[in-house]
Amino acid sequence: MAFSLLVWFAIWEVVGQLDLVSLLPPFSEVITAFPEVVSSGTFADAAWITLQAFLIGMGLSFAIGIGVGMLMGTSRAVGSVMGMWVNIFESSPLTAIVPALMALLGFGLETMIVTVFLFSVWVIALDTQVGVERVNPSLVEMGRSFGATKRVLYSRIVLHAALPELLAGIRLGLIRGLKGVIIGQLLIAVLGVGYLFELYSRNFLMPEFWALLIILFTFAFMASEAVAYFERKVAFYASSR
Amino acid sequence: MAASAGIRAGRTPARRVAAGVSSPWVLRGASVLFVLGLWEWAGRVPVNIAFPTCTETLAAFGEMLVDGTFAEAYAETAGPLIVGVLLTAAGGVFAGLVMGLSPRAEWLGLPVFIVLQASPSAAIVPLITFIYGIGFTAKVFAVVLLSAPVIVLNSYRGIANTPRSLLEMSNAFLASRWQRIWKVVIPAGSGLIFAGLRLGLAQGFTGAVLAELIITPTGVGDLITFYRSGADYPKMFAAILSIILVASVSVTLLQNLERRLFRPEMRAI
Amino acid sequence: MTDRASITSEPGVGAPAADGRDPAVRIVDLVKEFPGGVRALGGLTFDVPRGELTSIIGPSGCGKTTTLKIIGGLVDATSGRVDVDGVPVTGPGPDRAFVFQDFALMPWATVLRNVAFGLELRGLPREEREDIARAYVDKVGLSGFEDSYPHQLSGGMRQRVGLARALAVDADILLMDEPFASVDEQIRRQFQDDLLRLLSDENKTVIFVTHSIEEAVYVSDQVVLLTRGPSSVSKVVRPGVDRSGSSDEIRRDPAYLDWVEQIWHELRGYLER
Repeated sequence: MAFSLLVWFAIWEVVGQLDLVSLLPPFSEVITAFPEVVSSGTFADAAWITLQAFLIGMGLSFAIGIGVGMLMGTSRAVGSVMGMWVNIFESSPLTAIVPALMALLGFGLETMIVTVFLFSVWVIALDTQVGVERVNPSLVEMGRSFGATKRVLYSRIVLHAALPELLAGIRLGLIRGLKGVIIGQLLIAVLGVGYLFELYSRNFLMPEFWALLIILFTFAFMASEAVAYFERKVAFYASSR
Repeated sequence: MAASAGIRAGRTPARRVAAGVSSPWVLRGASVLFVLGLWEWAGRVPVNIAFPTCTETLAAFGEMLVDGTFAEAYAETAGPLIVGVLLTAAGGVFAGLVMGLSPRAEWLGLPVFIVLQASPSAAIVPLITFIYGIGFTAKVFAVVLLSAPVIVLNSYRGIANTPRSLLEMSNAFLASRWQRIWKVVIPAGSGLIFAGLRLGLAQGFTGAVLAELIITPTGVGDLITFYRSGADYPKMFAAILSIILVASVSVTLLQNLERRLFRPEMRAI
Repeated sequence: MTDRASITSEPGVGAPAADGRDPAVRIVDLVKEFPGGVRALGGLTFDVPRGELTSIIGPSGCGKTTTLKIIGGLVDATSGRVDVDGVPVTGPGPDRAFVFQDFALMPWATVLRNVAFGLELRGLPREEREDIARAYVDKVGLSGFEDSYPHQLSGGMRQRVGLARALAVDADILLMDEPFASVDEQIRRQFQDDLLRLLSDENKTVIFVTHSIEEAVYVSDQVVLLTRGPSSVSKVVRPGVDRSGSSDEIRRDPAYLDWVEQIWHELRGYLER
């Protein structure tokens, strides 16, 4: 089915050759721009700082999101209180918060890390909560009857049982985190891949712009599919819990 | 019913108070007060010179509410947001429907939307000005760009995943293709379609704010940028607070409507 | 209904009905192979006499439901003949109505609308089809529940909705796929009696798939036993249970119990192979 993308690329080539849309250069020019974009020093710097912000922010999200999610899933009180906050932020345009972060933390890496964190942590917490809530109580009772300590109970049984939802949350969190880092950079406008986009579009270097966009989209898609792969691997027990 | 009444009658006054205190709304209210208190303290320390106290922010909020700043700003933001979401709702649900019913449309369209969904399509927003300038259309486009994938994909999933037994039943009772689509497939998928619309609204808010921060300073986005550059942090935070509230309230209202219209029991039988 | 008790010695050839009419359904050498090479049916041959209740029974996975769905036109045969009223089956038709094992009710529609669904698809105007539906809702004992939704009903009630829906389209042939499987034993017996009563004043041919031998012997005029997959017909039996007594009397009737024993032995032979 992905072969339909090839059809779209062909259409793109035609549109570009016929110069129908000024923004769209022929696809072939975009392809030739790839090596230029990737080998440029600015790309390496931009990619590196983007990756840093993304990985650190996501790491924080995983740690805090999964932890809070497990708490929310086990305690009804915590679940209902935290749930209200998590839901509020999960459906809000967090983009609006970025200018405040810029005022508080400046125009650097810290702001980007916090942006990634804020964009991704809510959905991770929510899906972890759902996963923990869905764990069959008999599994927990079974563990306790065999003398499992709380730590073992949570790390071995609950975590594994909740894995399908957890992975779904992580996949969505990755996507949102990536959106966060890009939006953050578009607003900060002096760093990272977002800055590169600004640069290319300002100078109307369209092949380079689209090449960079495709690189970014491919990265996002591959990260998402990597997690989806693991999701599929654990799906076999998802329905029989 | 009789059993729980007996239990309730047996609760001592103390127990009843304790039960009341741990009710969800009391706890939530307490958490709100706690957060506001924490915020106030952090602002007074101050944790950061740009971090206003809670009272300062709420005062600014009240001021902007009363002097019409909010009214004016939201009037501007609402336009592209509503137009964009309605357009995407109509077009997106239709596209999802077509993709769910036609294997060829699915083959052609699904990979595009899956890629768009996973990718930070916000990167395209700065480009919009080249085609649509900095006006109303540009902002509508930003809203459409961000909300379309989730609406289309959810509609598609709702249509493409009709329970087999219902399809078989309609076949057994001699439904024509159109009868099947209209009377079984669409009602069965309406839950997911509505969920997609709710998620699309949330994304639409993001698109509207992003457009106002990047493309052209108008509405709420302009308020935020303006007060930031003027270092009027209480007003900036108040503006941010307002959009978070408006977005959460509208999405929650839709979610409640969704829960009432599409109760889980109504889905899988 | 006849009450001649007999076992035919040649598998696959049903004893002719007492009045010698053409069989409602004639199946010859029916083969069904699923993609992937799974052979569910390896050549079935049997007749379904008109106006009688024939049940199909056999070990799990022997293709009973597949056979029923082929007769109903919901599944295509790989080879062989399935004739209904002398005409080969090419798809579903107004002459056959299906009762599904998992009810297949539309959760967003009321009981009345679900029962009237077959008529709605036929284009009957609303008032007319609702009147007919109401009559059948009453017939299956659900009056008062016309405006309820499936999720508000118990499993047994939901199945009655499915039955009413199938009766409402007034097809000559009723195909029932383990209709009482999801219901507990007490209710199940009640349903069996209700079904017999319902059918006594309708003139229908019923084909009934079940895995309960007692049920098959209790309700049927003819029982078709299938072997395990790829199945063929091992025997066709006419229990001829004397239904003049009460339900309890019938279930204690030695003739009834003998039939259950015999069929049980027959099937056990296949399970142990």
